[in-house]
Amino acid sequence: MEHIDFSLVDWSRAQFALTAMYHWIFVPLTLGLSFIIAFMETLYVRTGNPEWKRITKFWMTLFGINFAIGVATGIILEFQFGTNWSNYSWFVGDIFGAPLAIEGIMAFFMESTFIAVMFFGWNKVGKKFHLVSTWLVAVGSNLSALWILVANGWMQHPAGMKFNPDTVRNEMINFWEVLFSPVAINKFLHTVSQGYVLASIFVVGISAWYLLKKREQLFAQRSILVASSFGVLSILFVILTGDGSARTVAKYQPMKFAAMENLYVGKQNAPLTVIGLLKQDPSMPKHQKDFTFKLEIPNLLSYMAFLDANAYVPGIKDLVHGNQQRQIPSYAERSAKGALAIRALADYREAKKSGNDSLARVSLAQFEKNYAHFGYGYYTGRDVHELIPSIPTSFYSFRIMVGLGFHFLALLLVVFWLTYKKRIETKRFILYTALWTIPLAYIASMLGWVVSEMGRQPWVIQDIMPTIAAVSQIKPASVQITFWMFAVLFTGLLIAEVSIMVTQIRKGPAPLNSESH
Amino acid sequence: MFETFSQLTLQQYWWIIISLLGALLVFLMFVQGGQTMIYTLGKNEDERTILVNLLGRKWEFTFTTLVTFGGAFFASFPLFYSTSFGGAYWVWMLILIAFVVQAVSYEYRSKPNNFFGHRTYETLLFINGLLGTVLIGTAVATFFTGSEFMVNKMNLTHVTGMKMPVISEWVGPAYGLEAALNLHNLTLGITVFFLARVLALLYFMNRLNNAAIMERVKQQLLYNAIPFVVFFLIFAVWLLLRDGFAVNPDTKEVYTEPYKYLHNLIQMPVVAVLFLLGVVMVLLGIFRAITCFVKCHTKGIWATGIGTVLTVFALFLLAGFNHTAYYPSTADLQSSLTIENSSSSHYTLVAMSYVSLLVPFVLAYIWYSWRSIDKKKIDLEEIKGESHIY
Ligand code: HDD
Ligand code: HEM
Ligand code: HEM
Repeated sequence: MEHIDFSLVDWSRAQFALTAMYHWIFVPLTLGLSFIIAFMETLYVRTGNPEWKRITKFWMTLFGINFAIGVATGIILEFQFGTNWSNYSWFVGDIFGAPLAIEGIMAFFMESTFIAVMFFGWNKVGKKFHLVSTWLVAVGSNLSALWILVANGWMQHPAGMKFNPDTVRNEMINFWEVLFSPVAINKFLHTVSQGYVLASIFVVGISAWYLLKKREQLFAQRSILVASSFGVLSILFVILTGDGSARTVAKYQPMKFAAMENLYVGKQNAPLTVIGLLKQDPSMPKHQKDFTFKLEIPNLLSYMAFLDANAYVPGIKDLVHGNQQRQIPSYAERSAKGALAIRALADYREAKKSGNDSLARVSLAQFEKNYAHFGYGYYTGRDVHELIPSIPTSFYSFRIMVGLGFHFLALLLVVFWLTYKKRIETKRFILYTALWTIPLAYIASMLGWVVSEMGRQPWVIQDIMPTIAAVSQIKPASVQITFWMFAVLFTGLLIAEVSIMVTQIRKGPAPLNSESH
Repeated sequence: MFETFSQLTLQQYWWIIISLLGALLVFLMFVQGGQTMIYTLGKNEDERTILVNLLGRKWEFTFTTLVTFGGAFFASFPLFYSTSFGGAYWVWMLILIAFVVQAVSYEYRSKPNNFFGHRTYETLLFINGLLGTVLIGTAVATFFTGSEFMVNKMNLTHVTGMKMPVISEWVGPAYGLEAALNLHNLTLGITVFFLARVLALLYFMNRLNNAAIMERVKQQLLYNAIPFVVFFLIFAVWLLLRDGFAVNPDTKEVYTEPYKYLHNLIQMPVVAVLFLLGVVMVLLGIFRAITCFVKCHTKGIWATGIGTVLTVFALFLLAGFNHTAYYPSTADLQSSLTIENSSSSHYTLVAMSYVSLLVPFVLAYIWYSWRSIDKKKIDLEEIKGESHIY
């Protein structure tokens, strides 16, 4: 009998992926729209012009509709770590739990308190207090992104912890190393700024629709002006931090990087494949893919990954089978060492129990020597090729995300320029493009997570814990049932959300005269 | 400052914080209680709109407290998080789903083209009110009655062989649903349900400006207060008479001790005082609100609310302090969780303790913001005057 139930692991993964992706439909819009609203309200308070208040209130309504379902999908994610990844929760709870708790105390309370003032306080609190509340909603939601992304960054590149064999788990030894890990920082900056881009495109696209329909001209132009200027700055930042993220991947997750680039054999002066089509040559191993066509820039990959055109970039083959010349151990070696670490842990605990101090000491030394390979130990006796993520998924997702990033840059620049010159309302082609770019922004955002999360498979914690050792021991059928429950529930809620959103957009902002206050 | 505290002090400090969050959560579940009475109290669309909006302005609060409760538990006692959530899978999943459907219902109920119709969202609110209160009460009662699980950290070293490398596993086949079949657990679940309704009625009395609904509120108060008191008494007396799960302070061995929780109450006089004071305040608030013949006392929510917090707080302390296993295992006594064997490391507890210093500031801004937007009592006019309506 297989001691690990693969259908359990797969259903648990499917459920996590499903719920995370639903959460992610709503979160980036919250991150960005909260700031855009805050800018608009600031303009209202500065100018005293009621048109700005009308603009603020309209986008605020859409914000509320999106926010509610973001909250609904978030709670599942938090508790799922316990329900479906319980072993994980114990193994790293000492480090991982802290950001989640801090998120609750610092961010979620801030968000939920000031959102009440923002929605129900127009007639009750002063203009200044209201404006401050709107800003704090934006700060709160972005703070919540910070803490959860620190947690995720830590899973991609564990730092600031040490394994304690007496409690059999990882323990935090340096909070600041967890918080300021380069992976976490890049991840946070890249992710929130892409939220700003997505929200800018959302506002620009919907405003473009009003212009196409020849409705609400002033409202639409002003909204576009705010959103596109914010968007241009943000997309530049996204590209900058995306480049930074790629560099941290190259450094800390070489297998993910090789899969993203479809690099089978490692190279010095590696070229960057800008675009390409993969092809499976039946005579070659499954993980070695060829290109039917590709567009390359020489040396650029080495340069981008390590800021040195001569740098060596390891390929999938080097990582799996090892490369002596480059001092890369093979996965088989790492798996053997990981098994040694696990065995030594068991021996250490037995020795401790029976009071055999010298054996305990020897085992502990053995354990510590091999701990860096701990997670590979769970692959004892299995095919190490399971440790390779899906190459086409990583390769294409990454290229589409980056390609769309440049599309957004071009579009936002053009839109900003035309609006600034007051010529946007006649440029129907641009307006249509802006409208149709809204779904593309969502696609780019989702694919970012596919690159990041699928690319690190099968690791939950890089090199330390694979999914097969992270899962809760429950019946696969239970997870299957909850998977479908969430699928039905969230799909239903999404349909309702879209229907409400579209209706509110069709209705448009409330007329000025009903705004007596 | 926290660095100098012993591990045990920090564990106790965090158990106190968890207990406070749990206590606040039970109080704030008045939102859930209110959701089960929208049709009982609101006889036409306008009345129901008033009630939904009255609750809707507070729902996020309860929700956020639940989320923070979960996060804080995870950070301070991760072994509980992994054992209970991963084992009592179905109870927690049902609770979670009940909260998922709540979050959208307020926002979407009255919006045009909301796809399912406003009746559906009101039904979802009802489901949240019913399942949320009963199941959370039931789950908390397992702190005293125990669950069927085993914890063995050596499992992590199973690389090959028959077992999965999973530390905690549930023994029974029902994955948590068995908790809802235990009568003692159920009495707490039902107590929480009626308590939430009583609190909701007191909250309505305090915030409402509508004579017709107010009449029904007063009537309902009696109907809900009686079952609440009855079930609470059954739960409490049963608790004090039953065997509890004690820990030998020297060997850390867990054993059952007759009248353990009664002993805890006697051996921890501060907890006993909190408990009794809480119960008295709960009853006082209800009593003063019910016995209004001429002019009604509308501030009952404060006495009953604070009383609820104190009582639940004391119950959590009974479960965790004085050498007691707060999450006992009936399948394998020695697997039972105590605040000592399930907590995070010293370093993490210290770091988290610094974060906990923010809590007073959080409470202060919450209080300040709510005071500034809760000045007026609520009626239809007030609701329609705001641009955001549920
Ligand atoms: C509108 C969305 C969007 C756009 C236009 C881009 N990204 Fe991105 N990207 C994300 C949305 C995103 C994301 C959803 O925010 C991710 C997922 C995880 C993360 O940290 O951010 C991400 C991840 C991500 C990763 C993986 C990080 C990891 O595995 O930890 C890399 C290497 C890049 N991005 C690089 C780029 C580059 C070079 C871009 C240049 C244009 C770019 N991204 C545009
Ligand atoms: C919200 C945006 C996110 C999306 C769309 C997303 C996407 C995914 C996907 C698709 C998987 C499944 C991968 C696979 O099984 O092949 C996954 C797994 C996982 N992700 Fe993420 N993720 C998100 C955020 C996060 C964050 C912020 C964390 C941590 C704080 C996280 C932690 C995990 C864990 C624990 C798993 C399960 C283990 C695994 O299969 O690797 N995810 N995620
Ligand atoms: C596995 C990872 C995640 C978990 C466990 C999680 C948990 C939660 C929870 C519990 C809520 C509801 C909070 C409330 O009561 O108001 C929530 C909402 C939210 N989360 Fe997540 N979250 C995850 C991923 C993310 C990511 C990756 C981001 C941003 C980068 C994010 C940003 C937000 C924001 C802005 C909200 C506010 C509601 C909204 O979406 O509009 N979350 N999350």
